[in-house]
Amino acid sequence: MMLYLRLFWEFFKTGLFAVGGGMATLPFLSAMADKTGWFTQQQLADMIAVGESTPGPIGVNMATYVGFTTAGIPGSVIATLGLVTPSIIVILIIARVLESFRQNKYVDAAFYGLRPCSVGLIAAAGLMVVKISLFHIDAWGGGAGWWTQFFNWKALALAAVLLVLTRYVKKTKKLHPIVFILCSALVGVVFKF
Amino acid sequence: MKYWDLFISFAKVGVMTFGGGYAMIPILEREIVDRHSWATNEELMDYYAVGQCTPGVIAVNTATFIGHKQGGTLGGIIASLGIVFPSVVIITLIAGILTNFADIPAVKSAFAAIRVCVCVLIFNAVLKLWKGAVKDKAALCLFLLVFGLSVFFDISPIVFVLACAIAGIVLTQMGVRGK
Repeated sequence: MMLYLRLFWEFFKTGLFAVGGGMATLPFLSAMADKTGWFTQQQLADMIAVGESTPGPIGVNMATYVGFTTAGIPGSVIATLGLVTPSIIVILIIARVLESFRQNKYVDAAFYGLRPCSVGLIAAAGLMVVKISLFHIDAWGGGAGWWTQFFNWKALALAAVLLVLTRYVKKTKKLHPIVFILCSALVGVVFKF
Repeated sequence: MKYWDLFISFAKVGVMTFGGGYAMIPILEREIVDRHSWATNEELMDYYAVGQCTPGVIAVNTATFIGHKQGGTLGGIIASLGIVFPSVVIITLIAGILTNFADIPAVKSAFAAIRVCVCVLIFNAVLKLWKGAVKDKAALCLFLLVFGLSVFFDISPIVFVLACAIAGIVLTQMGVRGK
């Protein structure tokens, strides 16, 4: 029982102080490993790998994984609830305040500035994914003909096909994004990405 | 029924999101904006901005916002539980059965290709969101500044969000908005 309470409390603190998305939980989890001994830094590295290779928000995946390794199935549920409880409380308060101030001209003006900011942040995050998935950054400028190594040709070809299918082909561009994700996974396995 | 819809829709978003909060955007657009009309693209961007500078996982923050808008406090809680539900099930299964899941070659290949797909989906989402967010020159400048600075420097998103909120108020006061 004590262990469950501690799990909830540790993840509650992580959820309360990790601002800026899933990867922001990482320093907190690293500190948690040192403090509690529930898992090692090496296990944490494995958890990141699993968290990134399964569906769902990475922060939640990591909490579930840590909870499970520490205290089995109840642990995974409790750690996840601990992580999301502070967000839910904070956002519910903000949502309520926003509702009453939505028509306020300063709030409206602030959101006018925030929208291009969100798009900019998403575009930058997208560029990071482009960097790691379409190119071999390590090969940049190294040795003769480095540029043949620099481009991940298979990935670029897949990206080009997907771009055409999602933007220009009338029959396919209305399909649900998950269709493209699943087809890509299959292509990845077949062509050994 | 409304709560059930919220739970199921967000559980779907949770299952279909591969690789972190931003990968959720194209899925959210499809499920929440196109399919259910629970929020507009503009509102999605507002929630995303607030979610960046409030504590917790951005996906959960966005779910709480939309859930609250549709079904009050209970709606917010149910949408959030919906988005984390698939993760808890999937990770528990994987952690319990496959200890070296992430090292399986087929899993690695599949995810390398999924990341390529996520690039394309995010690119499409950005183009779509751009229309709702960047409507004048001042907004274009803000977009370019945030994009450029976050690509080249390691600055916390909170800084951008706070600075842009202030910039939005200042620019509106100066009468630059809409030009």
